[in-house]
Amino acid sequence: MSAEIRKIAVWVEETHLEMNRTIAPPTRKAVAVAVIANPFAGQYVEDLAPLMDIGAELGALLGERCVKALGIAPAQAESYGKAAMVGENGELEHAAAILHPKLGAPLRTAVEKGAALVPSSKKMGGPGQDLDVPLGHKDAAYVRSHFDGVEVRLNDAPRPNEIMVAVAVTDSGRPLPRVGGLTHADATGKDGLR
Amino acid sequence: MPEVQIRKVATQIEEIFHEFGPAPDTPLLRGVVLAVIANPFANGYVADIQPFMEDLKPLGLSMARRLLSDLGGDAARIEGYGKGAIIGTAGELEHGALWHAPGGYSMREVLGAPKAIVPSTKKVGRAGARLDVPITHVNASYVRSHFDSIEVGLNDAPRANELCYILAMTTGPRVHSRCGGLLAEDITGEDGLR
Repeated sequence: MSAEIRKIAVWVEETHLEMNRTIAPPTRKAVAVAVIANPFAGQYVEDLAPLMDIGAELGALLGERCVKALGIAPAQAESYGKAAMVGENGELEHAAAILHPKLGAPLRTAVEKGAALVPSSKKMGGPGQDLDVPLGHKDAAYVRSHFDGVEVRLNDAPRPNEIMVAVAVTDSGRPLPRVGGLTHADATGKDGLR
Repeated sequence: MPEVQIRKVATQIEEIFHEFGPAPDTPLLRGVVLAVIANPFANGYVADIQPFMEDLKPLGLSMARRLLSDLGGDAARIEGYGKGAIIGTAGELEHGALWHAPGGYSMREVLGAPKAIVPSTKKVGRAGARLDVPITHVNASYVRSHFDSIEVGLNDAPRANELCYILAMTTGPRVHSRCGGLLAEDITGEDGLR
């Protein structure tokens, strides 16, 4: 089963200045969102494999859209995250089926490498509701400067029979990181942690 | 002459395939660009604010060019537009009105001098406030199929001393427009209205 997509939205956010300090180059985050029909809305279905396949499809599509929106080479991506919001006729487990089994591998292809776990969040929700997508360094989860999040919202989605799936990619960490910890420069990025 | 101090720039591009009706051959694109800048007139009444409109022109032009590029780069494809402003709470509604001239000028400049007035809206709001930016046809305001709006906002803007200026463009009518009225193919496009 492939995704029945009603809309795709791509959001790019650049921070040029924070607390009167110039951020050069600006930090940049992209989020790509697909609003899809939930094939299992209104019913309990035991086998969620079709949603897992949709996850794989969207991991590639949305990851590539983010990289393109940032205008970077895939290897220049520094952090990533994923999230899903399921309309009221669906089930939280539908978000899990899309996000966890198969979405990661094609997303990692889109951002080249990606040794680290892709941080995620999920919830039930309706049109106009906020979805906070967590962000973490793509190759070394402990890089402290790259722990962040990005908010997305679409006024008309997800409708009750829809699921909103979001993938976020950045080419940078927080604008003014200064709480120490492992740095991007010092990460080896082999085990996904450090 | 106050300097235009940019803190953030954000873009959002939606690609709409359908809204539960027959999908058009080409998906509708709707885009917005937002700039979050320092409000040079915050925290006090300033009588003469008009020179700032001239200062805003380069910002408007760069925003319009970026939005057009994100929508594919072909000015002939842009059929609808709009603009808006959210004024941080230490500012005044009138500061949003400063965007009328530079916002409209920049889109006209980039889109080959379309005829219709650029519809607009503005309000004072806190960080996270959402603005519904009105959209109408670029050459004839009465074209009913192109009346639309796009909701935008940023979770961390505008702060009290900031202004958020917005431009919006679309590539066509509402995805399933069927409410009659003046059709885009029937306009004369001389007076900006019909």
